[in-house]
Amino acid sequence: MNFDFSDDQKMLQEQVRRFLADKCPPKTVRRVLEGNEPYAEEVWRGLVEMGLTGAAIPEEFGGLGLGALELCVVAEELGRACAPVPFSSSVYLASEAIRKAGSAAQKQKYLPQLAAGEAIGTIAVSEGPTAASPRTVRAKFSKGALSGAKNPVPDGEAASFAVVLVNTGGEGERALSLALVDLKAKGVSRRPVNTIDPARKHAEIVFDGAPAELLGAEGDGWSILQDVYDGAAVLFAFEQIGGSEAALDMARDYALQRYAFGRQIGSYQAIKHKLADVYVKKELARSNAYYGAMMLADGGADLPIAAAASRIAATEAYDFAAAECIQTHGGIGFTWEADTQFHYRRSRVLALAIGGPGVWKEKLVRRLEQQNAA
Amino acid sequence: MDFNDTPEEAAFRKEVRAWLDANAKRKSDDRKASRARMEEVDALPRARAWQAKKAEAGYARITWPREYGGMGGTPIQQVIYNQEEEDYLVPTGFFEIGLGMCIPTVMAYAKPEVLQRYVKPALHGKEIWCQLFSEPAAGSDVAGIRTRAERDGEDWIVNGQKVWTSGAHYCDYGIVITRTDPTVPKHQGLTMFYLDMKSPGVEVRPIKQISGTANFNEVFFTNVRIPDSQRLGKVGDGWKVALTTLMNERLAVGTRQGMDFDELLELARETELEDGPAIRNGAVRAKIADWYVQSQGLKYTTFRTLTALSKGQTPGPESSIGKIVAAPKMQSTGAFGMELMGQAGILDRDVPGAGAYQAQWIGGAGYRIAGGTDEILRNIVAERVLGLPADVRVDKDIPFNKLGK
Repeated sequence: MNFDFSDDQKMLQEQVRRFLADKCPPKTVRRVLEGNEPYAEEVWRGLVEMGLTGAAIPEEFGGLGLGALELCVVAEELGRACAPVPFSSSVYLASEAIRKAGSAAQKQKYLPQLAAGEAIGTIAVSEGPTAASPRTVRAKFSKGALSGAKNPVPDGEAASFAVVLVNTGGEGERALSLALVDLKAKGVSRRPVNTIDPARKHAEIVFDGAPAELLGAEGDGWSILQDVYDGAAVLFAFEQIGGSEAALDMARDYALQRYAFGRQIGSYQAIKHKLADVYVKKELARSNAYYGAMMLADGGADLPIAAAASRIAATEAYDFAAAECIQTHGGIGFTWEADTQFHYRRSRVLALAIGGPGVWKEKLVRRLEQQNAA
Repeated sequence: MDFNDTPEEAAFRKEVRAWLDANAKRKSDDRKASRARMEEVDALPRARAWQAKKAEAGYARITWPREYGGMGGTPIQQVIYNQEEEDYLVPTGFFEIGLGMCIPTVMAYAKPEVLQRYVKPALHGKEIWCQLFSEPAAGSDVAGIRTRAERDGEDWIVNGQKVWTSGAHYCDYGIVITRTDPTVPKHQGLTMFYLDMKSPGVEVRPIKQISGTANFNEVFFTNVRIPDSQRLGKVGDGWKVALTTLMNERLAVGTRQGMDFDELLELARETELEDGPAIRNGAVRAKIADWYVQSQGLKYTTFRTLTALSKGQTPGPESSIGKIVAAPKMQSTGAFGMELMGQAGILDRDVPGAGAYQAQWIGGAGYRIAGGTDEILRNIVAERVLGLPADVRVDKDIPFNKLGK
């Protein structure tokens, strides 16, 4: 039984943790939250210099050629620091979509730039307040031109290109395809949108006959997206676990320091039991995510189920940890000056990023039924 | 990352499997017998016989030193044995408290000649031990016990009452914690002994549980004479000795608690709600997803623990979350299975699962209390894992006999 990360992977994690503790303290998160910069440039540059944007990109495309497990430990640290960088958009989603579905020429063009941090990619799926699905996606792609509006697009302003979920007019899920579009091209306009977490910027992007090309075959968009989401679900899970742990630590520290009715509030069972529950959910999430990581790294057949379980457990853990972190702080936790808001905001952004828990529960049971029938 | 055994572990597993194959029947070869429930009176002699066989082969307590009949093996070897044994139709369950908690305490405090006398018969299932700790007025707060032991020459005279004593009705020996000095604060006036359960003045009365069975007992002590030579640890050091016992609680690995998400998925496919098959109902699906996630979370938490053991490390604090999750889940999955059957869910037989959901719902209520309540376990996580302060103990510095009730 060797159900743990290797010493090398733990060393990498430690290195990333130290880097982020130094270069991405809470005041950096706050700076992005309160300002207009699309992301923390110096943090992003550091991650690029460490090779992390290319960690899972094969060496032939200029990456480090490491695996999913390395990305998992990095993701956990990004979550712990609430890092305001476009890592999930560019690495978990755009790079993985190209790696999985790109033609030789597309890989040749994009992967080296992504690895080197010269390009930032994102994925544009949502078209407003309804679940994106074969029934609802209206953005159109035909004859090399893309039209329609996507909102919100994570890192929509920072990204140089996007993988866009488009309607190419087939039956059911065959109606959807993925298109690659250069966001600096004509026919693309973008504007920042206000979100609940300004430390992670999002944009609305309007395409008006923008030049684009297919990523993967026409009609395969929905199925490629599900594959990409399964991998991303595991990586987001680690990010959420890192965030849960940070929120729990923050709550614990405050509970030790704050006195009420003559005692540390951490000595009351109402607080102790609540924080024990936060810990329990976090560990259940971690155990599920370890299995997700193992399946992701091995390309295991169990990935779709493991990814869904990782996603559900981690979303529940982080939502709970972030909410109870504020609750443990009392009124001070609801003030603008407190850092508790970072986790509360981020936990919801991550919860909704690639489908909320309800979507994943449905996916999980559907997959269990299929497995059971097989 | 992988789930593979190391070469040594694989070799040991093979050895264990060969031995089990030669000595027991696989559950997969007799599904019906593997589900049958056996009355205690029938199960006990079989369990003793199986225990004796295991002890002869050295498998009864793998981590114990050879001089006590163990194998001098590692914790991971014990886990491997347990995992393999689960696939076989063998009667177990009567010796865990004795061998897992009582005898290790005796080993830590008694003289070699005492061990010479008691360890082997316990290991071979000839003598069974129980743990006499809880009392009517001292459950979670076990240091509040009132059973008195008073010195009388070379003996102690014990009076009082214990409760929730699992197996006392078939046990031969027990370890008992007593109050030897009520004039000092509660943790300081305790002393531990071992005793013969057939000593004059010991009376065991089974307690019928809400499940209808009687696994545990009240034990009354009326002028029971225990020789001072049966004292474990110093006079007044009973609390320290009790902690040794409690630290030896069996490492919970791989034990599954009854009907789980997979049976519920099956049940949801078989049963109808008002608007169609239960499995098509969103609320049903969400619950099955939640239990799958909890179940897998527990399973892979165990795998993390096993990884630490396999590497010869001490398992991390995550190993403490098992029962906090498993016990309420057992209760709620039982209740949910019943709900899927509609009003007929109240029937305890002739329903899907043949009463297993009903039994699980009943049993879950007990499992949330036994061996550390949900609340005590949360305190333990909060204090030992998160480093939060211990509860305020208003009785900590007050002599026991000056405490209000």
